[in-house]
Amino acid sequence: MIVKTLSSDHTIGWVVASFTTLAIVGLFLPNWVLNGTMFGLARGLAVLGLLLLWRTGLISFGHALYFGIGAYAVALLEKYTGVSDIFLRLAAALIAASVVGFILGFVLRNYRGIFFAMLSLAFSMVLYGVLIKSEALGSTDGFSVSQTTILGWQPETKYPLFLMIILIGALAAVGVHVYFRSALGHLTTAVRDNEIRVEYLGYSVARAIHLKYVFSAALTGTAGGLFAMALGQVDPDSMVNWTVSGELVFISVLSGPGSVAAPFIGAVAFEFLRTFAFELAPHAWQLIVGGTLLGIIFFLPRGLWSLMEHVLMRKERRRG
Amino acid sequence: MQATLTLLLDGLVYASYLFIVSVGLTIVFGVMKILNVAHGGFYAWGAYAAAYSIGVAAQLGLPDWFGLILIGVSSMCVGLIFGYLIERLILRRLYQHEEVIILLATFGLFLVLEDLILLVFGVNPYFAYQPMVYLGSVELGGIFRDVYSLSLLGLACLVAFVCWYILNRTKWGKILGTVIYDREISLAIGINVTTVYVWTFIIGATLGALGGAYISPTISVAPGISIDVIVLSFAVVVIGGMGSIPGALIGAVMVGMLRALAVHQFPELELFVVFAVMAIVLMIRPEGLFAPAKVRRI
Repeated sequence: MIVKTLSSDHTIGWVVASFTTLAIVGLFLPNWVLNGTMFGLARGLAVLGLLLLWRTGLISFGHALYFGIGAYAVALLEKYTGVSDIFLRLAAALIAASVVGFILGFVLRNYRGIFFAMLSLAFSMVLYGVLIKSEALGSTDGFSVSQTTILGWQPETKYPLFLMIILIGALAAVGVHVYFRSALGHLTTAVRDNEIRVEYLGYSVARAIHLKYVFSAALTGTAGGLFAMALGQVDPDSMVNWTVSGELVFISVLSGPGSVAAPFIGAVAFEFLRTFAFELAPHAWQLIVGGTLLGIIFFLPRGLWSLMEHVLMRKERRRG
Repeated sequence: MQATLTLLLDGLVYASYLFIVSVGLTIVFGVMKILNVAHGGFYAWGAYAAAYSIGVAAQLGLPDWFGLILIGVSSMCVGLIFGYLIERLILRRLYQHEEVIILLATFGLFLVLEDLILLVFGVNPYFAYQPMVYLGSVELGGIFRDVYSLSLLGLACLVAFVCWYILNRTKWGKILGTVIYDREISLAIGINVTTVYVWTFIIGATLGALGGAYISPTISVAPGISIDVIVLSFAVVVIGGMGSIPGALIGAVMVGMLRALAVHQFPELELFVVFAVMAIVLMIRPEGLFAPAKVRRI
């Protein structure tokens, strides 16, 4: 109940408020924190794409495919046309990922559960297999991506890019939130609960899933593009390999499916957890991640966001 | 002619290796309905345990053939210890969850097992060539191959035969079949499903470790060896049909041959062909080529 009221009234307000706060705080952050936050938020956008599918009960173990396509679209656009404008770069990432998502969607919309996860993995590994062996696509080294310009203006700091990332993140979060509240969005949970009944109601489950899949691909592709711009480089192992998909799924589990804001919080938390874990215990980094994943599955099945829900629920109870 | 023979041998050796690694994965899936990503961790632990113990044996001055025994012993130890602990402590608490959540849990376990290796064995590679040197090499139709890789073929046949025999000719096979068919009914007729699950997982883990242990003399055992293996054995199992042992065999032969062909003729397509075939098979037969028929429950 309370979650519903919360998201119905406040989510958009919350997103705008956090956007403004981040935009102001960003001005004073030291460079490494700014970078970490950018990586985190870009990944968060990708995880938002996964959340879209997760609400239907689908977990994609191959979303690195779209993350990689977005990133490589940015890099290849620059390599072949020299374009470095942020809007053109984002358009390239978004279009490339949506087109591939649209085509693969025809196949994937017929699969559920483990088979959906595995087939997604297979598709992403096909791309990985092509990338690491193809000289024209940069092989295992990938490419470097030059600094992003905004409508011909070359900013001196990373702050404008940061601003763009939080702007896009906020827009995407609001967009997905509005989508979840539309008729098509409500179909999401219905499909998860009972597909056959949804069909009897006169909706096409396959079409609803296909549409969702393309949205999800577009979000993750854009995220990949932003990530490539923030990092200044693309390469197959840190963007397309199956471990990247695993990482994205890990962040979704960490954040929980409760809210459109959760992926961003989870992803930024993950980014800094990783930075510190690398400092403190470089050989135990995966141990920490794996242990956290198990811990979340056992003790916090609805992710970090459920802690937030808990707090809000208590507050509401006191008030009512 | 010689090129064809080389290709055939390479393909078969690689297929045997893939079969040994994937058969454990498919058994665990068939009985417990768990797609076990941690299988890659068992593989790596098997490889490290074997390489380490062979190294120690060589330092103690034990004969080279002793390494072959150590391979068997270390994979059994790894399978028994990790298989038992993981099933008892973690997996059995998750059986009521969705399959995909269990998949994620095993992914977490995989990451933990990977780093435990770094903590226990360090980051430097291990070499355990003694068993390979001991078996020497042989000439086959004009090409030289080391006997050790060829013995993989024999081991794969042995594993396949033992699996077939246990499943089709023993009481254990009957019990397993019952548990696979209907878990609740098996409980009702007095089968100890908990024990069946523990042993299935231990056997699956041991086979994974055996794959790693047996291959360890031919490779340098270094961090990260399990990453490729786990996705390749997924491909094998998915192509053949998850839960089917003949399927794993066919899948292994297909992937092994395709990879050999790709490596010899079109090296840039090596990974691509494997996963392209996996995607195509899944598109045509979502359950894989040899998946057992399933009752559709509405």
